[in-house]
Amino acid sequence: MTATDLATNRHVPDRLDKPLTSALLSWEMLLVLVAVAIFIVNSLASPYFLNAWSLSDLTFNFVEKGLIALAMALLIISGEIDLSVAAIIALASTFMGMALQAGADTPVLVLIGLSVGLACGAFNGFLVTRLGLPSIVVTIGTMSLFRGIAYIILGDKAYRGYPSSFAFFGQGYVGWVISFEIVLFAVMAAVFWLLLHRTSFGRTVFVIGNNPVAAAFSGVRVERVKFILFCLTGLMAGVASILLTSRLGSTRPSIAFGYELEVVTMVVLGGVAILGGSGSIIGVVLAALIMGLVTFGLGLLNVPGIVMSIFTGLLLIIVIALPILWRRFREARSG
Amino acid sequence: MHTTALREKVTEDAADATPVLSLKGISKSFPGVRALNDVALSLYPGYVTALIGENGAGKSTLVKIMTGIYQPDAGEITIGDETVTLPTAHAAFGYGITAIHQETVLFDELGVAENIFLGHAPRDRFGLIDWKAMRANAREVLDTMGAGHIDPDARLRDLGIANKHLVAVARAMSIDARIVIMDEPTASLSAKEIGELFHLIEFLKSEGKAILFISHKFEEIYRIADRYTVFRDGEMVGEGALADTSQSEIVKLMVGRAVDHIFPERTPQIGEPVLKVDGLSHPTEFDSISFELRRGEILGFYGLVGAGRSELMQAIAGLTRTSAGSMSLEDAPLNPKSAADAIASGIVYVPEERGRQGVITGLPIFQNVSLPSLSRTSRSGILRLAEEFALARAYTERLDLRAASLSQDVGTLSGGNQQKVVIAKWLATRPKVIILDEPTKGIDIGSKAAVHGFMAELVAEGLSVIMVSSELPEIIGMSDRIVVMREGRMVEIFDNKNLEPETLVRAAAGIAA
Amino acid sequence: MKSLTKYRELWLAAAIALLVIAVATRFPAFATPARLLAVFNDYTILIILALGQMTVILTRSIDLSMASNLAFTGMVIAMTNAAYPAIPVPVLIVLAMVIGSLLGSFNGLLVWKLDIPPIVVTLGTLTVFRGATFVVSGGAWVNADAMSAAFINLQRASFLGLPVLSWFAIAAIAAFYVFLTRTPLGRSIYAAGVNPTASVYAGIDVGRTKFVAFVISGMMSGLCGYLWVSRYVIASTEVANGYELQIVAACVIGGISIAGGIGSVAGAVLGALFLGVIGSALPVINVSPFWQLAISGAAIILAVVLNARGERRQGRIILRQAAAS
Repeated sequence: MTATDLATNRHVPDRLDKPLTSALLSWEMLLVLVAVAIFIVNSLASPYFLNAWSLSDLTFNFVEKGLIALAMALLIISGEIDLSVAAIIALASTFMGMALQAGADTPVLVLIGLSVGLACGAFNGFLVTRLGLPSIVVTIGTMSLFRGIAYIILGDKAYRGYPSSFAFFGQGYVGWVISFEIVLFAVMAAVFWLLLHRTSFGRTVFVIGNNPVAAAFSGVRVERVKFILFCLTGLMAGVASILLTSRLGSTRPSIAFGYELEVVTMVVLGGVAILGGSGSIIGVVLAALIMGLVTFGLGLLNVPGIVMSIFTGLLLIIVIALPILWRRFREARSG
Repeated sequence: MHTTALREKVTEDAADATPVLSLKGISKSFPGVRALNDVALSLYPGYVTALIGENGAGKSTLVKIMTGIYQPDAGEITIGDETVTLPTAHAAFGYGITAIHQETVLFDELGVAENIFLGHAPRDRFGLIDWKAMRANAREVLDTMGAGHIDPDARLRDLGIANKHLVAVARAMSIDARIVIMDEPTASLSAKEIGELFHLIEFLKSEGKAILFISHKFEEIYRIADRYTVFRDGEMVGEGALADTSQSEIVKLMVGRAVDHIFPERTPQIGEPVLKVDGLSHPTEFDSISFELRRGEILGFYGLVGAGRSELMQAIAGLTRTSAGSMSLEDAPLNPKSAADAIASGIVYVPEERGRQGVITGLPIFQNVSLPSLSRTSRSGILRLAEEFALARAYTERLDLRAASLSQDVGTLSGGNQQKVVIAKWLATRPKVIILDEPTKGIDIGSKAAVHGFMAELVAEGLSVIMVSSELPEIIGMSDRIVVMREGRMVEIFDNKNLEPETLVRAAAGIAA
Repeated sequence: MKSLTKYRELWLAAAIALLVIAVATRFPAFATPARLLAVFNDYTILIILALGQMTVILTRSIDLSMASNLAFTGMVIAMTNAAYPAIPVPVLIVLAMVIGSLLGSFNGLLVWKLDIPPIVVTLGTLTVFRGATFVVSGGAWVNADAMSAAFINLQRASFLGLPVLSWFAIAAIAAFYVFLTRTPLGRSIYAAGVNPTASVYAGIDVGRTKFVAFVISGMMSGLCGYLWVSRYVIASTEVANGYELQIVAACVIGGISIAGGIGSVAGAVLGALFLGVIGSALPVINVSPFWQLAISGAAIILAVVLNARGERRQGRIILRQAAAS
């Protein structure tokens, strides 16, 4: 019988006042510090960095992946994963290209991009929730399948000649240096924050990630929630496909190659537990920003993209390993 | 004081035997918890020693120390006349210590022979595993034990639980184990399978093995054990020969006070039928179940493990589908397709497996409690934390939950307090019928009484309760009527008036009166 | 259904045979022994990589860094060969396996000592290793002119009628078979995947077992680094980009359970060959090679659906006994 046991008999407070240090040591705080540090290093290293247009250009480095990461965060919190998102971008882009050849205009292109994304997500969701298959394997399969279909349709060719109104999504500015992309990202981040942290749907996402069986026993429609999350992730991949296709102005089947791993890196870097159950949208947004800063900063220094990837890879491992080492260190000292 | 008195008796029954294993002064702490404090334990060849204690008394920590999983902070382990350390599981294995756990100890996807010989497989002259010799040796060990019906080549997952136990024992035999630890081996066995297990234990005794038997069930302890050691709150509070002591004395040692568990006194106010179940059937689990549950009633369901009670309750609560039959709740047809449907109609099921099906560890207490009631504590899908806290507070305080705060991770609570959270969770949905499946399984006596007292309050308020329990005192102490099930079918419904426990046991086991 | 799981490898072999026969009915040249041996030779690298990946998957882990490890080791070996042509090729092969093992042990240490989920670790090292390839080479290629003749020709030499490259696969298959079925360490890899808790009680250090598996997959990646650059006579940063998923695909098609503990050498080999036969048949039947990716995707999904059907557990049946009595 400990002291707290006795003291709290009959009255249990809602929450205990947390010491300030615990808020300061939170994952999000750590990410903010990392972001600030990289920002400072960038501005010291390159005279071109601290400039409104540079900072605006920076956003193009992470928005498309970041949009998918928002939905992927929910999916990973629920204990699933979707590795086919980059392939969905390719397939959606290919279908938009086909529609373009058939004479479709911007609204139709957008509709096709979104529908293909949604349909691919629903297909993944069907395989995982209806047939009860592990999502990591299923989406490795659909990843080949979706991109494979893009290759069958396009081969080594490319679609070009998207209308100028379509170019707005990936290249347009809402005003001054504020791009459409960054505005969309900010809006979607707010929407996903609300969805995950302030709605009962978001609560069930956490519940499922922590204990799917108990969730089902408590009346949560586990399969339906997961299916919706796969659809959402597919839909966001569709949105990313529209932005990326618009920004590049062309479609090749190799478009967005390797994005899935960067998106997962972003989500994990953002503090989402890879095995599900915990995570926050703010963390994911910060992680997206950090990855954008790293990529852009190194770009300004003329460091090739492939070398930047060393930094993102190491960043991923270090941010996961550090808290573990820190905890071990403290336990060793106290115990 | 009486501890020393008991200790003196030790020498009588085991006078001619020296302990094969003895632990002295063992202590082990975890951050914030003192799990074991200066405990001692001796095991003698050819004797079964029962390790008795409430949950959290330190039994599993001790087992983990004996099997090399944990290292003690202090103390001495002697095997034979050699003082040893057990730095790894492999080292413990090398000293002939083996543990048979509930279901966690074997490898479902591997063959029987390999399960027996994993880690000490016979080798050929190149040092490679000799599968042929391994099969032959497995055959031999199984035959010695009278388990010749098990095929050494069978995959383990194709065997029943009782046969898996045989394989686990065969493994103990094959490493020439001197010490066999059985940690709640009967937890998921039927009465028949328990009988077979006890045969095996007798066999191990006759082979001169020292056996540590951990169980919650006194009936089993008295049937199989020769000696006992009692733990309470991480301390050893008594040991000796079972023949020299009484059950009530051991209970006294366990809880540190004389406890004659008293079930709440109540005057049932039984009303009209609330839930009617008519001819409910399932393709494989139960058949033609019919009963009525009345307002303000506690209806007990008794039967052996595996009688189909949980499966029936899960069907009533919308968690599994039925193949025939009908149900009605307050005269409205009831046909739940999911737990969500059942909860919406007013039927909730508090599952037996608290850890797997009940609590959501990793989430705070208040979120656990509000989960099935989220539609009430939110407006158009947006959460309202203040209402969630209010709901959680109302129900957890009624159950006398002990926690630092409602935002505490439910996984950090003791088993009894977790069970209170789970019950609060389902009560918060304001059900008409609550089904409690083994509501006090594996929780301490204090929490047990709280749960029983609360059940009495609930029915007094007009709620109807179905209680599935395998504990005779509980089922007789709490129920108004008792349904006995056997092998998926109803045997009889008893009015709980002057009911003899033997009557229930006979009905459940299918023995003619 | 039970038979399906028991003879999964036979079903896969039958599917491959059917595929070959179907192609052969129209293009008989495809089914000649010489042609089939060529397919085997072409897919040696995938077979060896799949065997390494299987070892990791058996312990409930995954190694997504294999293709990057291959690219890095291949580059280092090719550069070493270009700079010091006098070093005998067998020494280079051993060096490749050592470098690969070191990279693998880095993954393994993070998984073993820090308990970081393998998918996170290897997702990180996937990009790190490939980036490192660029750094060591400065983005330059090593091509045929820079490589020594022995370096290029060793695997093309014929031994007992088969190219040496094929012998590498045969040796790897034999070694993995003996390792996984006949050595205590090999069996502990299965045990650790089937039931980690029970493994601890049986005296198996699960973390160390995973470490060993990562070292093995790294070693195979290193070996394949040499095989790849000498076969395609080019070492560049882009070598085998994205190939990690082909390797996982071969394992999944071969019936190796991503949940660990289930899988066999025959399964991994057949999974790789299945992809090989499809890849080789497409040009023969005049289908654009662009179909390959989609077909292997469909094959993965089909394989995982079929495996899941076979693995579905039977519930405990209470009424059966009652009906009999």
